[in-house]
Amino acid sequence: MADLYPFSAIVEQEEMKLALLISIVDPSIGGVLVFGHRGTGKSTAVRALAALLPKMQVIAGCRYHCDPAAERRACADDCSLRRGAKQPDLKIKSVPVPVVDLPLGATEDRVVGALDLERALTEGVKAFEPGLLAQAHRGFLYIDEVNLLEDHLIDLLLDVAASGENVVEREGLSTRHAARFVLVGSGNPEEGELRPQLLDRFGLSVEVTTPDDLAARVEAVRRRDDLERHPGAFLKKWKRRDGQLRRKLVAARERLEDVDVPDSMLERSAELCMKLGTDGLRGELTMIRAARALAALEGAKSLDDAQLRKVAPSALRHRLRRDPLDEAGSSVRVERAVAEVFGS
Amino acid sequence: MTDLAPSPWQDAALAAAALAADPAGLGGVVLRSSASPLRAHWLDLLRDGLPKGTPWRRVPLHVTDGRLFGDLDLAATLRAGRPLAERGLLAESDGGVLVLASAERIEPAMAARLTAAMDRGFVAPARNASGQPCNANFGVVALDESLADEEGVTPALADRLALHVDLGAVARHEKLQPAFGSADVAKARQRLGAVEAAESDIQLLCGVALALGVGSLRAEMLALRFARVHAALHGRSAVARPDSEAAARLVLAPRATRLPQPEQEPPSAPDPPEESRPEDGAENESGGEIPPEGVVLATAEAAIPPRLLAQLQSAVGRAGARSTAGRAGAPRLSKQRGRPAGTHRGDVGGGNRLNLVETLRTAAPLQPLRRRHARSGQGETRLQVRRDDFRIVRFKQRSETLTVFVVDASGSAALHRLAEAKGAVELLLADCYARRDQVALIAFRGRDVEVLLAPTRSLVRAKRSLAALPGGGGTPLAAGFDAALQLALSARLRGQTPNLVFLTDGRANVSRDGSGGRERAEEEAQSAARRIRDEAVAALFIDTAPRANPFAQQLAASMGARYLALPRADARSLSQAVRESGLAGVPA
Repeated sequence: MADLYPFSAIVEQEEMKLALLISIVDPSIGGVLVFGHRGTGKSTAVRALAALLPKMQVIAGCRYHCDPAAERRACADDCSLRRGAKQPDLKIKSVPVPVVDLPLGATEDRVVGALDLERALTEGVKAFEPGLLAQAHRGFLYIDEVNLLEDHLIDLLLDVAASGENVVEREGLSTRHAARFVLVGSGNPEEGELRPQLLDRFGLSVEVTTPDDLAARVEAVRRRDDLERHPGAFLKKWKRRDGQLRRKLVAARERLEDVDVPDSMLERSAELCMKLGTDGLRGELTMIRAARALAALEGAKSLDDAQLRKVAPSALRHRLRRDPLDEAGSSVRVERAVAEVFGS
Repeated sequence: MTDLAPSPWQDAALAAAALAADPAGLGGVVLRSSASPLRAHWLDLLRDGLPKGTPWRRVPLHVTDGRLFGDLDLAATLRAGRPLAERGLLAESDGGVLVLASAERIEPAMAARLTAAMDRGFVAPARNASGQPCNANFGVVALDESLADEEGVTPALADRLALHVDLGAVARHEKLQPAFGSADVAKARQRLGAVEAAESDIQLLCGVALALGVGSLRAEMLALRFARVHAALHGRSAVARPDSEAAARLVLAPRATRLPQPEQEPPSAPDPPEESRPEDGAENESGGEIPPEGVVLATAEAAIPPRLLAQLQSAVGRAGARSTAGRAGAPRLSKQRGRPAGTHRGDVGGGNRLNLVETLRTAAPLQPLRRRHARSGQGETRLQVRRDDFRIVRFKQRSETLTVFVVDASGSAALHRLAEAKGAVELLLADCYARRDQVALIAFRGRDVEVLLAPTRSLVRAKRSLAALPGGGGTPLAAGFDAALQLALSARLRGQTPNLVFLTDGRANVSRDGSGGRERAEEEAQSAARRIRDEAVAALFIDTAPRANPFAQQLAASMGARYLALPRADARSLSQAVRESGLAGVPA
């Protein structure tokens, strides 16, 4: 098994890294969409999250990663029943946060779960075999080339991501289980676009490009080379950085609730959204939440202009009403509006 | 460096030796060639270089997912009455080589899963989520049999394969000598781990990649890896200049998206040697006057095949054509998605979905009979399901529509209303966006027909190439029709439903061979138009002439197209017409 590239060793791509960190601090922001060309480190960054995140506690044997600390909920695996009865066989286990790949061309069966054919045919039992949504519960679901995924699958995913629950009604099965995950999509816009309705459902969007500057490219190649040749030393060095980052994330999560959001900041963000003519309130909401998560990461007690400015492009650029033939990039329009509202 | 640039075969043989030394590290090779003795010879060469007993698995195009990634073997499970897993080809080829037949036609979905396995070095079985992931480190030989102007291997896969070898360039009477013996390759394999690469070597390769406009960082990493292998093959313990040159030539040059420009060379170059040939570079090397990037770049540049340069413009958009998401268009049967359209007998696997209720219903009446025939003591109570009982669900899916705009940019059309025709196309493009069609753009003028935009869904690109379209010259109408038909037919092969939209005044005056003469040109245009009707491609003919033109009407009739005169066409009727002509093309 190849060693995973550590998150902190990724060269540049600051906006993407920040968006991912923000979505870790506040998973309710609604996922990250990464647009960029091949070989810009999109997949590397997302897959590295697994090693970066603190381990989570689950009830051993539960296929839905039930959280022992959470309040009781109906679980399709009945682990909460066992918990309610305070039975001694309830074991708690620490596992890495799941980062699940949803491959292009995955069937609906595979995603939502389906009848367990194996058991149906050999034992004659009607059992539910959980799919990728169950696997990704409390973690990340990563879709590479999300713009090429069939629309009906994306609809389904966004629906589940929004409701936090996967309801299965098919093949005589009727079951539901919690499925809360951060959706991370990536793709190359030149190969096809995502419908505006779907774009809007992603919390943050970032655009990544290959670094044009020689030094950064050399550094990226050299680090990858180091990993392949001296994995031990390389991982040791960067795992320490990952550890620092992890502690920062944990602290930020705890602080998140205490970050103060002054009314003036709400007004600012409303002003910005009006200026850009974004539809709906999701833009403002996401921007405030993302800025708050950023403030928590930075250790600030309350929100100010600096944080809003920093997250505004990621939170808004995919929500602009767009003429399909308009060539001016959305990023440029957001930047212009930000400069007008906040003053340059 | 040798006096002569290496011949295509020498490079191909070098690629084979390098890949044999480090298959998983280099990712593999895109081997562009038709099925030929030459290709077989190259494959033998690769195989000879690998140690004895190395896995070598050949994957046919229509392999099932289960066979490739590992799955529950349903038939065997039923027979045995307990779950039996099937090990996938990827897991079997761990440490060896996976040969993909007809790699250019691999579904993007499969390519995506294949590349994910390559990235992670292991593969998890498709269904049984609790199954143990198996190690899968392998090199890929993607046999690409596409012709020069066809789409090649899907970019996501090609990006991960270090070497791109085109055997078509090998001269016919060249002596096919291996670059290295298998003993050398074996030695290189052992030495590989110890080969050092200095910071300057990495800088060199990155600089060359930047100058060639190579976007993906993966290319540079693979180039570095190749340079190491090359050094190991030559018995060096550190990467030297010839190694970097070979890496630039074999790994970076085939990925070039632009020709290096002098000003894009690193500013440290005091004396840009852009005119220096590789030979000059070799002479000056000892003097140290020539910056290394220049020399290596020159080698790389010389290795850029001319065909590649010609393709560069359309290369970016090619991947878009592979998207197969369902859109309105002719319905086609699909295995997994769409509306259910009944069940039929079939095997499970390959993405088929078993309809359990139907399967049991089929098996039910046969139960008493089967119980009687079952050996005593076995299967008394268990349901007896045989392979013949499997019923799988069939779905109907709408296929995607491709709208090909064929714009007449000749002098006569330009005089009349090229600008308005462009405006009309823009209107139609917005309409295509709403319906999520793919679009392609063909322009003809003078003697040339040009596919300005290969099928894509990116309308920004479509608009850009349209805006840049110059006017002037004769009207090679027949050639324009031919090109449109060709594009339409290849789209149909991909499962799309093509629509053609012609914007022309119909004043043909250049025949296929490029000579003038209205009579012959019109005759040819007529016959080309008839071919479009024979192939039953839906078409819309928008006459851009100021006055309705009888010949244009005749042409439209010959190709079975709807005829619409632009002067009377406003935005709404135009988009209406395209929609209707699209519908007309759907077989009942």
